[in-house]
Amino acid sequence: MEPVAVVGVGMTRMERERRPDGYADLVYEAVCLALADAGMTIDQVDNVVTISNDFFDGRTISSMAVQDACGSYDKNISTVEGDGAFGAFYGLMRILSGSFGTTLVCAHHKGSESDMSLITNAMFDPVYERSLGIEAVTSAALQARAYMDRYGVSEEDCALVSVKNRANALRNPLAQLPLELTVEEVMSSPYLAEPLKVLDCCPVSDGAAALVLASAERARKAAGKPVWVRGVAHCCDAYHLGDRDLSDVRALQRAAAKAYSMAGIDDPAREIDVVELYDAFSYMELMWLEGLGFCGRGEAGRLTAGGATSLEGNTPVNASGGCLAGNPVLVAGLNRIIECALQVRGEAGEHQVEGVRTAVAQGINGPCGQSHCVWVLGGER
Amino acid sequence: MEDWRTGQEILVMEGRIKVPYRWAAGETGTRYLQALRDEMRFLGTRCPQCGVVYHPPRRHCPDCGTECEWRELASRGVLVTYTVVRRHHSQLTPLDIPFAYGIIRLEGADTGFLHLLHEFAEGELRAGMEVEAVFATEREGSVRDVRYFRPLREAV
Repeated sequence: MEPVAVVGVGMTRMERERRPDGYADLVYEAVCLALADAGMTIDQVDNVVTISNDFFDGRTISSMAVQDACGSYDKNISTVEGDGAFGAFYGLMRILSGSFGTTLVCAHHKGSESDMSLITNAMFDPVYERSLGIEAVTSAALQARAYMDRYGVSEEDCALVSVKNRANALRNPLAQLPLELTVEEVMSSPYLAEPLKVLDCCPVSDGAAALVLASAERARKAAGKPVWVRGVAHCCDAYHLGDRDLSDVRALQRAAAKAYSMAGIDDPAREIDVVELYDAFSYMELMWLEGLGFCGRGEAGRLTAGGATSLEGNTPVNASGGCLAGNPVLVAGLNRIIECALQVRGEAGEHQVEGVRTAVAQGINGPCGQSHCVWVLGGER
Repeated sequence: MEDWRTGQEILVMEGRIKVPYRWAAGETGTRYLQALRDEMRFLGTRCPQCGVVYHPPRRHCPDCGTECEWRELASRGVLVTYTVVRRHHSQLTPLDIPFAYGIIRLEGADTGFLHLLHEFAEGELRAGMEVEAVFATEREGSVRDVRYFRPLREAV
């Protein structure tokens, strides 16, 4: 792959409800931050990819309503409906096509403006599934149960992820839900759908994020230290929940294998310094860690209990607090990439991990992690 | 000059998007739903190439693309995974709390499908247990013609 770098990043604070700012205001804020970070003006942006979802925004062709805010006048634009990690992948491809030297990718979400359960219910098939009332939390609970049953993972193992990530968020000024928690507190929070309890689940959030990708030639003109895309891949699994073994992570394993082979990584646990992954629910961090190859299947609970994924551990996971500390949907995957870029630059602030050379970001799309996108970022090409 | 925002609330436009949709079940879905409605029978489709029996039915095999053939399935099967729901949502919750969602693999099928579980005792549900369909008396050609599944009761 031709070298492409992340040269500018911007994230708004994640909040439960950000009423003073409409979503174009949020996008504007994130885009300005990313351009300033890149030391670029909007004139140096060759094309724009926006990420949005019509149901969440409550308007059709929602992508078009934020074009003013991301300075798209007179530019080639394209749009992605899906998680930010996939939107960024498309932005990268537009550079690899040779048509553009830089891409601005931005995502926004205001969970405060609608009803998350009703909207996620609408992702299910209207003939066979939707009338049953299934939605994001209840479908994730089916997966959590399948994973825990198959590998003997306990609710306490999952609770520990929530404790760790929300404690990490205490060091992240952009996080929505920094909390000092104990496993007992997570365990005694009320069940939404067993085995998932309130404190196992990400909050509803408002927020936006933007990043600027550049070819090697254009990256030279950017202000900061470029963070290179060393490997990236995505892979999809079946749509109907019953067609998949929900405890299985084969789509993630395939995406990771491809991304690692591009990056020349043989032993992720040894060669990757930090991970930012899509922990919309505590159990997901354990499953995705296994899928990313940091341990064998069913071993991520023990890995976490042993401290390997804590801020002081061998491979800190979600040093930012992850999605459990703030989950603007769609934005979340972009935030994972941005957090990794900041870690590689050594500019993650209070939650900076020492000596990061290689970082892995992961985003998901579809119910129960139907598809996965894996990014390997590093300071060297 | 005083900031105009002092003491002001941000205004909110309340709304509700209501758009009628008519999702065609298609030939495959219609035959399936008709069998539920008229005969209280579950139908799946089998890929003649892979031998996999899909439920709900697919016209073409998602794995190899071959056109599938119809197969009759039992109205009982195995509970693959489940979740007991404790939170009520005024517009979504289909049964009294607690009820459960389950992925159920019917006898004769290779894939699971999503449905509801009710009439179970606290702590009774287990992956791998046998469950059976309870049909509605009034049926209209939808997946809700099956009211829910329940743990298999031995015939008396």
